[in-house]
Amino acid sequence: MYAATTIGGGLGTGLLSFYLGLGVAALLRSLFGFDAWDRDFNASIGYIFGLIGWLMGVGMWGTWGREWFGAKIKDPHANSRKELGWQRYFMFNVDHKVIGVQYLVTFLVVFILAGAMAMVIRLELMDSGRDFVSNKTYNTVLGMHGIMMVAVAVAAVVGGLGNYAVPLMIGADDMAFPRMNALSYWLVPPVAVTLLLSPFLGGLETGWTAYPPLSVLTQSAQTFWNLAIITFGLSSILGGLNFVVTVMFMRAPGMTWGRLPMFVWSMFVTAWLALLYTQGFAVALIMVTLDRIAGMGFFDAARGGDPLLYQHVFWFYSHPAVYIMILPGFGIALEVIGHFSRKPLFAYRYAVGAFLGILGLSGVVWAHHMFTAGIPNYLHGPFLVATELISIPTGLIFLSALGTIWMGKLWLRTPMLFALAVIFNFACGGVTGIFLADVPTDIHLQDTYFVVAHFHYTIVGGEIFGLFAGIYYWFPKITGRMYNEKLAKLHFWWMFIGFNVTFFIMHWPGIEGMNRRIADYPQSLETANLIVSLSAFMLGASFLVFIYNFVNSWVRGPAAEANPWGARTLEWQTSSPPPVENFLQPPVIAGHPYDYGVPGAAPHVTFYPPAVGSPAGGGGGGQ
Amino acid sequence: MAVIAAHGAQTHGAGHMSPAKRLQVNRVGLWLFFFSESIIFGLLFTSRFFLLGTHQEHVDQFLGLVITIVLLASSVTAYTAETAMEKGNRKLAAWSLFATILLGVVFAIGVGFEWSVAEFGIKTAVEGQDPHNVVWGTVFFSMTGLHAAHVVSGVLMLGLALMMLLRGHFSKDSHWGISSTIMYWHFVDVVWVFYYPALYLVAGGGTHTG
Repeated sequence: MYAATTIGGGLGTGLLSFYLGLGVAALLRSLFGFDAWDRDFNASIGYIFGLIGWLMGVGMWGTWGREWFGAKIKDPHANSRKELGWQRYFMFNVDHKVIGVQYLVTFLVVFILAGAMAMVIRLELMDSGRDFVSNKTYNTVLGMHGIMMVAVAVAAVVGGLGNYAVPLMIGADDMAFPRMNALSYWLVPPVAVTLLLSPFLGGLETGWTAYPPLSVLTQSAQTFWNLAIITFGLSSILGGLNFVVTVMFMRAPGMTWGRLPMFVWSMFVTAWLALLYTQGFAVALIMVTLDRIAGMGFFDAARGGDPLLYQHVFWFYSHPAVYIMILPGFGIALEVIGHFSRKPLFAYRYAVGAFLGILGLSGVVWAHHMFTAGIPNYLHGPFLVATELISIPTGLIFLSALGTIWMGKLWLRTPMLFALAVIFNFACGGVTGIFLADVPTDIHLQDTYFVVAHFHYTIVGGEIFGLFAGIYYWFPKITGRMYNEKLAKLHFWWMFIGFNVTFFIMHWPGIEGMNRRIADYPQSLETANLIVSLSAFMLGASFLVFIYNFVNSWVRGPAAEANPWGARTLEWQTSSPPPVENFLQPPVIAGHPYDYGVPGAAPHVTFYPPAVGSPAGGGGGGQ
Repeated sequence: MAVIAAHGAQTHGAGHMSPAKRLQVNRVGLWLFFFSESIIFGLLFTSRFFLLGTHQEHVDQFLGLVITIVLLASSVTAYTAETAMEKGNRKLAAWSLFATILLGVVFAIGVGFEWSVAEFGIKTAVEGQDPHNVVWGTVFFSMTGLHAAHVVSGVLMLGLALMMLLRGHFSKDSHWGISSTIMYWHFVDVVWVFYYPALYLVAGGGTHTG
């Protein structure tokens, strides 16, 4: 019932406010002498009203809004303390563990949907001339696949695993701003609904990048799409802000910056990126929206505007965004490799420096997406060099991973397999990236399937493999149950082979000049595309194994121990799943998280006073 | 053990943070929010120069100067409100907040009036304007519009703060609701300190240039 009242209340007030907004917009328009109804304008105002109504209805009014008027609020922690079972996940709950699961499951669903769209794309491209879907539908499916996967890549690890693990790993009992954390999550459902409705509101024509002038001129669901993405950006910014403050101020006593686990470091840097750059996408889309609904001329060359402005502002976010996607993947890879190699993480300080170096460099490379767009020639050199400089910090992260594996006692459980795959796949993605950073080769490869293969190697091969490493790694902690190792390994090998065949072969039509985003191609490229399609179906099918294993293990898997991996970090020193307050006694940190097999190393964590009956209080000092 | 002795008694976590630490965390969070907002303003600011260089159309310099003075004055009254609150002078704080709201409303009305008398449009060129370069209207209305939206939201928040103050909330030691709103107000002012020259002064005197 709790869940039903939350969701029902949110939907009710949201819809009422939406209609109110439509009316207010119509009223304003007629007051100022315009036609009362303009679909995009009225719906935009309605969307803003509806969004606020949804948030208030879903629980923000009772736990937050009343405060602004000096009224008493409900205790925002009340929901997390009640024994509600699964219903916790369907209500405004400020517990970071609940929000983490909400994010994770939501974005896994989005991932599966967007993956299904990729299957439609591959069906269409299986041979040249095939018309499995119309060109208009193809554009919509392509755009939806793109933006939904970008959303998954930005939010599944950060919002899901990050929310769940970071406060646990630094010894906090919650994020710094718990209510804002819940707000960040509850902004997501309206985004998802709006995105999923866009095929019925006119479809999408611009892909996920929404370049003008098409995005300004198109008669599609562009405005709705813009509003959804701006909302998602807001959620991302607030989430980033929350992580930054949490890592700065919520660390347990003794958790110095030099003792932070790698995953926390990666999330800290990622959070800064989200906080600093997400505005770019939002501002770019606000400009498109203003051009569309207010007749402004930012991108209208005939009136003195410039479509290139969009690309600058857009890539100002969207290049750093790839680091928002990949850095958490690296973080998980180093974390898992550290624990599963049973030896201290190699070059910890250099790896941290590498994360910070990527943070510094990420803001000065965006124009390498625009080499063929008509930017001045003198910009080519600096952006080429800056882009290739990024391989230095990335290389340090690789060296840290390889140095840890070197002479380690590798424990090849599923999380470790996925983490090793991150290193393998990203090496391929990194190498192909060099050809795209170099202006002469980029001019040939721009907008071909080579680019598609490259970024799938980095983002899927790097981050999504990292996401699955993290899911398997923290699955026992999150659910209190163990997954099925055999099925998990089957999933790994199936996905790894499917992925590598699909995207390795995809370079080939790319080099031959096959255009991305186009529903058809010359007949000579049929063989390559047939292979790619068939192995893409195989890749898609591998997730069925995952879904079965995930759901089945969560419902009836064997109970997991508190610390099945014998890991030293904090999240494993509490029960699985952890109690609401995370730690029954305040943890105190005295040692490095990765000092496996170091004689005389201090335990990473001790609890004060020593917990009675708490699991494995020593933190793995003797392992 | 020293670490344990120093922190042993301290409870941890967001649920039971000490008020001093809560305030520190809130302050940093708010500053990061301003930081994040300044990037939105900064991107529009940069776009203005990207599209138009220092070109500008005629704007009413006198009106611009007046609303700028009004907005800067509102920062002084906002500052007075906060210091009064810190000294426990609720009456002065309430009156200063009221004055700030009033000046904010005057500024918003000033911007609205300016929009109504502007000698340029968004969509089409007006008399004497180059029809291939009407993007000034886009830049001007979107920059002042974004800023004015922040002013209006600031006025609403100041109104809520004043209402709560009059109802007996807040005290000398605990008035984060007022401080944060006033910090937001100062931030909105600082944005105008950059936007005013970018929109009114760069071309010098606001004559027809370009």
